[in-house]
Amino acid sequence: MIRRALVALLLACTLAHAAASRAATSPDEILPDPALEARARALGKELRCLVCQNQSIDDSDAPLAKDLRRVVRERLVAGDSDAAIKRHLVERYGDFVLLEPPFKPATWLLWGGPLLVVLAGGALAAAFLRRRAVALAEPAELDPAEKRALEALLAGEPGDRSR
Amino acid sequence: MSARIEREGGARTPRRGWIYLLPVLLFAAVGVFLALGLGRDPQTLPSVLIDKPAPAFALPPLPGRDERGFSSADLGGRPVLVNVFASWCVPCRIEHPVLDRLAREGVTIHAINYKDAPDDALSFLRALGDPFARIGTDRQGRAAIDWGVYGVPETFVIDRAGRIRYRHVGPLQPHDVERTIAPLLAELAR
Repeated sequence: MIRRALVALLLACTLAHAAASRAATSPDEILPDPALEARARALGKELRCLVCQNQSIDDSDAPLAKDLRRVVRERLVAGDSDAAIKRHLVERYGDFVLLEPPFKPATWLLWGGPLLVVLAGGALAAAFLRRRAVALAEPAELDPAEKRALEALLAGEPGDRSR
Repeated sequence: MSARIEREGGARTPRRGWIYLLPVLLFAAVGVFLALGLGRDPQTLPSVLIDKPAPAFALPPLPGRDERGFSSADLGGRPVLVNVFASWCVPCRIEHPVLDRLAREGVTIHAINYKDAPDDALSFLRALGDPFARIGTDRQGRAAIDWGVYGVPETFVIDRAGRIRYRHVGPLQPHDVERTIAPLLAELAR
């Protein structure tokens, strides 16, 4: 029973994945040159559809995504490099059109943030461990004042035994 | 035991009350950023073309209206608005009276007719009024891509040097004109 359910779940996930990876590119857009078309598909996956915003232009059925796919393919056919095509679109739509934000001063914190968090956590953990090691280490020798106090206690001086 | 032995600088008793404030401060900082983010519309993207010259384009006229079309050569000299519209775009109908009023008040408005059938655009203008000085038809939407347009309507403010100074995404409302467009046009006309 459980196994059957698991198999069904696995099947559902596989089908969902297959459906999700089906691109929106329609047959009439596909370039005759398979190498160029492969580059177009790869680029399309890195470019954001500005209308749907969380889909790439490769995934999106929005008319603007189709237009942008056409721009990408035209520029590929014209011989532009992938970087030049991305730059062409960034000049019009900003870095937002790139699904992966570029590494530049404005995004240093974005990219470096996880590293900073790990470093801060590591520093806290190191400080905590060191402090605990000190605390667990052999107790220090009593200083003269402490010795006197201890001896007074052991001698059973009145007034100091209240619990 | 009441006879407590106080030791100075003992390792077990570091008094660091501030460390308990740290999560509260972090939470407050995150809260401030989230609160600021709530007030922003994620659908409204800033234009990267602000303060840059309007892109080069030359669009054919709307058949049946005039023979002039609209190109980058028509920009510059005086501040103007450039409105991207389509007859199939419902928000464009909503903002149209605002554009009509601006035109009556003497503002020059050019238009890019985006991915529209000319006949539909003509009947749209006949029904709602034609506030536009020049109209260029962008059947394929390619000029609009050069303007960074990602949805109609969008309205650009162009200064005397032909540079894009402001972009409004979505229908222009009277308060957008009062607060932003009109003051900017007045400033640019000075």
